[in-house]
Amino acid sequence: MYTKMLSLRFPPSAVNEPIITNLIRKFDLECNILKAVIYPRKEGLAVMEISGHRKNYHRGLHYLRSMGIKVESIAEDIKRDDEKCYQCGACTAVCPTGALYIERPAMAVVFDKDKCSACELCVVACPARAMEVKFNKSLLD
Amino acid sequence: MAVKRFSRTIQEINQKIKQGKVVVLTAQEMTDVVKQEGTEKAARKVDVVTTGTFAPMCSSGAFINFGHTKPAIKAAKVWLNDVPAYAGLAAVDIFIGATEPTEDDPLNRVHPGQFQYGGGHVLHDLLAGKAVRLRATAYGTDCYPNRKISKKIGLADLPYAVLLNPRNAYQNYNCAVNLSNKTIYTYMGVLKPKAGNANYSTSGHLSPLLNDPYYLTMGMGTRIFLGGAKGYIIGPGTQHSPGVKRSKGGAPVTPAGNLMVMGNLKEMDPRWLMGVSMVGYGCSMALGIGVPIPVLNEEIARFTGVSDAELFTQIIDYGNDYPKGDAVSLGQVSYAELKSGMITFRGQNIHTVPLSSHTRALEIANILKGWIEKGDFFLTEPQVMLPTVDRN
Repeated sequence: MYTKMLSLRFPPSAVNEPIITNLIRKFDLECNILKAVIYPRKEGLAVMEISGHRKNYHRGLHYLRSMGIKVESIAEDIKRDDEKCYQCGACTAVCPTGALYIERPAMAVVFDKDKCSACELCVVACPARAMEVKFNKSLLD
Repeated sequence: MAVKRFSRTIQEINQKIKQGKVVVLTAQEMTDVVKQEGTEKAARKVDVVTTGTFAPMCSSGAFINFGHTKPAIKAAKVWLNDVPAYAGLAAVDIFIGATEPTEDDPLNRVHPGQFQYGGGHVLHDLLAGKAVRLRATAYGTDCYPNRKISKKIGLADLPYAVLLNPRNAYQNYNCAVNLSNKTIYTYMGVLKPKAGNANYSTSGHLSPLLNDPYYLTMGMGTRIFLGGAKGYIIGPGTQHSPGVKRSKGGAPVTPAGNLMVMGNLKEMDPRWLMGVSMVGYGCSMALGIGVPIPVLNEEIARFTGVSDAELFTQIIDYGNDYPKGDAVSLGQVSYAELKSGMITFRGQNIHTVPLSSHTRALEIANILKGWIEKGDFFLTEPQVMLPTVDRN
């Protein structure tokens, strides 16, 4: 399962197309719409989470772009709640990029945000649930 | 005639605490002192060694009396924040267990389940000053006619709340790998296929029971650090098994002893008692425990001077063997190797993952050290020792 949070900017020409229905039916993707507006000049903005097979996701994205829709990925921000984190190291089992690692010999668990790819594997692997996913909410206002 | 061996008593140590002359070291510091100065000098110099551990500890929970209601109720079923508590005790006495999930938790129906909230989280919320929803149902009696209550309660509203954990502070524990072909979700954390990682959960040379491997100083009545407050050992834990294989130095090389502990929940701190969610496994509670070990003689000095290189555990396959009930050792590793971040297993380098917090364990050992040095914490004489085995 591949999941991305995207912002879609529709040109007036695409506003009348059943784009989301097509994403679901033709590309077998799940769409969770967080925001959808049509502005006075008929251009539209949608913020949604798209999930599905990676291959289908890329085909779906190709379709969106072919319709003249400007697709942008919303920066996901993974944050660690240092009040909750008790520095065990369980997250280091799943982190694929080495953003979460143990500093020896102190055995402190370090989170290097620059290395984080926002894969979210640590979110449920953390026993204290100290890792949080934050989206750039400014688009939702 | 035998040479007179050095020894001291707990009363003498308490006298020194009173006079502000007590010498306390953490188990980490003691390891260095014993290595540099030898056991005899270390025994003469150091009065108390403090230990610590902070990790998920199942087999934990609390006895709570929530007070009589108006009209009175004999609660038959009780929930705290929708987590069921055992009510088959008396009218308003309950036991809430750390691993009990919320009643409507989806569990592992969508695998791996998330187990967001359970008994351990309820206890943490109470300590953090949050109100929790108490619900109870009853069948009604002449003396207790009330059939149903629902109200918000906080820790201060409870007439009685005592943490009583049937089995904590395991002396040593398995190193878990997964030899199957798919990722598995266990109480030892997430284990990637084909031995993708090796997980362990012990504070090693800081661990309470690994610093007193034959339980020479601990028993019913030993005062300890428990959840940020003073608590007590009240007996052996529910899986206390001293009769296992031990290394030359006396430390068991497999899981062995454990402790039943008790302390006043109202005095505890949310930092040292936290609800945890083990993905695909269930809820539990992470807890801080520290045991002070009185250095009564040279032998105890030697035990408390143990280093990670002298402590060993067994590698167990949680992919096939353990679930079948056929756990066999696939090899022995030392905690020094495990803490290095990499072990070699069947010619393969495997990344090691701790589930026990070393930094918190050390913090506990230092807090306990501070309490004793300041005269806020006196040692107690255990009244009944834990079951043990002969030492060779």
